[in-house]
Amino acid sequence: MDPALIKIALGGMVLLGCIGLFFGIGLAIAAHKFAVEVNPIIEEVVHSLPLAQCGGCGYPGCEGYAIAVVNDPDVPPNLCFPGKEAVANRVAELTGKKMTAVEDQMAVVRCSRVEGRVSHKHEYIGFASCTAANLGFGGPSKCQYACIGLGECADVCPFDAIEMVENFPVVNPDKCVSCGQCVKACPKAIIELQTLKARVWVPCMTKALGKEVKNVCGVGCIGCKMCVKACPAGAVTYEGSLVKIDHKACIAYGPSCEEACVAKCPRDIFRNYDGRKVIARDVASGLKMAS
Amino acid sequence: MKSLLTFLKGGVHPPEAKGQTASLPIERMPVPKELEIILGQHIGAPCTPTVNKRDEVVEGAMIGEVKKGLGVPLHAPVSGKIKDIGTSAHPMRVSAPSITITVDHEAAPVQYDKTDWTTMSAQELLAKVQEGGIVGIGGAGFPTHVKLSPPKDAKIDQLLLNGAECEPYITADHRQMLEHADEVVEGARIIMKILGVSECKIGIESNKPDAIDVMGKAAAAVSGAGCNIVVQPLEVKYPQGSEKQLIQAITGRKVPAMALPSAVGVVVQNVATASAIYDAVVYGKPLYEKVVTISGKGINKPANLLVKVGTKVSDIVDYLGGVKPELAKIIMGGPMMGFAVSSLDIPITKTTSSILFLTEDEIDATPHSDCIRCGWCLDACPMGLEPKEIAIHVEANKAEDTAQFGVFDCFECGSCAYICPAKRPLVQFVRLAKMKAKR
Repeated sequence: MDPALIKIALGGMVLLGCIGLFFGIGLAIAAHKFAVEVNPIIEEVVHSLPLAQCGGCGYPGCEGYAIAVVNDPDVPPNLCFPGKEAVANRVAELTGKKMTAVEDQMAVVRCSRVEGRVSHKHEYIGFASCTAANLGFGGPSKCQYACIGLGECADVCPFDAIEMVENFPVVNPDKCVSCGQCVKACPKAIIELQTLKARVWVPCMTKALGKEVKNVCGVGCIGCKMCVKACPAGAVTYEGSLVKIDHKACIAYGPSCEEACVAKCPRDIFRNYDGRKVIARDVASGLKMAS
Repeated sequence: MKSLLTFLKGGVHPPEAKGQTASLPIERMPVPKELEIILGQHIGAPCTPTVNKRDEVVEGAMIGEVKKGLGVPLHAPVSGKIKDIGTSAHPMRVSAPSITITVDHEAAPVQYDKTDWTTMSAQELLAKVQEGGIVGIGGAGFPTHVKLSPPKDAKIDQLLLNGAECEPYITADHRQMLEHADEVVEGARIIMKILGVSECKIGIESNKPDAIDVMGKAAAAVSGAGCNIVVQPLEVKYPQGSEKQLIQAITGRKVPAMALPSAVGVVVQNVATASAIYDAVVYGKPLYEKVVTISGKGINKPANLLVKVGTKVSDIVDYLGGVKPELAKIIMGGPMMGFAVSSLDIPITKTTSSILFLTEDEIDATPHSDCIRCGWCLDACPMGLEPKEIAIHVEANKAEDTAQFGVFDCFECGSCAYICPAKRPLVQFVRLAKMKAKR
């Protein structure tokens, strides 16, 4: 080979090597000098989280929560609902925060459209989304507080915990981690997070009264306030045309009242609740707490 | 022949279907037993009732007012007794607060005296418009006195009257122009005085040659020094009756996005609103009656009816001999922008222009399929938007990102959904996008 060419090739290699070395040293110095200090605890916290990125804690993703819980002394360590107690303990341990109990909650759909045989007011044709259906005359049901049943809650659930059975959402308590995505998605705002320890609940969110409810639904709450009078603990209140249960007071009072509210309800809409069971509902057998 | 004026971008040509009612004179419907007057009939805060249950009211008396904010008062369409202050069915909302009046059929008809408006000042005329409860009858229901008081820095040089009536089926404005041309023109003169302008153009689509002729004569009769009213024939194209499109068609000016017509020196009023202004100013008669086109193959007797505000659809159906068994869908408003309703208990409001009883062959209930990216909606959109992109984003649960496609500039004319070969409910996607993007 022509020695001149070898010379050129070698010269090029040396030149490029020098340039590479120069920038390499420069970068190494810059990396050392401008290094962003990362709290190693944050990384550890991130890895202890379930990394489901569900947003249930209220922060943008798991890393967002990890940064907040490490840096902000006011952020409690028990906000990760999917992780339950184990993760909360680990986060508390890593951040040195005091661990408070994780309240196990579950999403419940407060509507009994299927049992109440709420009839259709019109036929909905269009994009299969509850919000879209709700824009036209408040949805296809005669009760304007009824579940629309197009499954927007099931679509947004990051854990596949909601299954649509006969156009009605059924929450799987084993999968539900109470992240609250379905609560945000429901245009009728009839999904709530309820503590698993709750003893009773009202699967109806109607704000209509008496006759108006009776006209459209077989089981809907008519606002008679019998439950409010029946509760010896004062845990049941009637606010803004809705029955509200103070579960803490109810649980604290204990079973000695023998669920007077459930017994007194003339519409059978005040129900016993067992959080660990699937609430399956269908037209034929009505409400049933199957295992 | 000189080509007719129209707006430049987009637009569609739906079948006009006006033949059923175009030749029928306006007919006054007998007052039913009961009227339900919805309190929120305009854009702005709904009225608060100024009457109580069991009060006696006379025709034209005020029954509701807006104390604070945007709004106009509401008047009793008939003499009678307030039966209830409760709720009524509403075409868009599920239910709305309303006043129910039991009609007193024995009551003596109220006489309105003619006054000379030319001696009144612009301020007095404007006050009369507000007192008369006048809103944009064309459909939006925007309080007219607000529209007639443009911002001080805006230089208004022209009034446009909207007689395009581009929606299929509807002939209410058409009949109004034919039968009450003088009132419309006189109303236009009143508006011109309020605004202090000397130019007025009345835009009418060329599928109403008789209206162009009659209105042209009426306009020529009053035109003179300092008052120039002319009729401007327009090409037939939907949605020409939309404010921004009409301004572009007649004046060639383009209203910027999110801006009002006053930005280009124009105020637009519907011809029916002009007629209502005439009644309110000259006779002191508030707005409580409305010409409504009842059409479609599903009704036994199509008609152009002059009905009282608050008349229920069911009463109109009874008066017109009922519906045919083939009836498949009832729409309040035009077929392009109207709302399907699920109950006949809905009362007429100040902005109801038509009720359509459509049969199976007049509607299309084919289920929609996925977007095939043909781009027809881009050609049809009069605002130059991309409806397909908005819809695709909504379907992909990314409705929040649709503001970049100008979703808030969409006025939901329905041209895209009309033209879509995949039958996609594009307007519905847009409404959903607007709702979610706003959140």
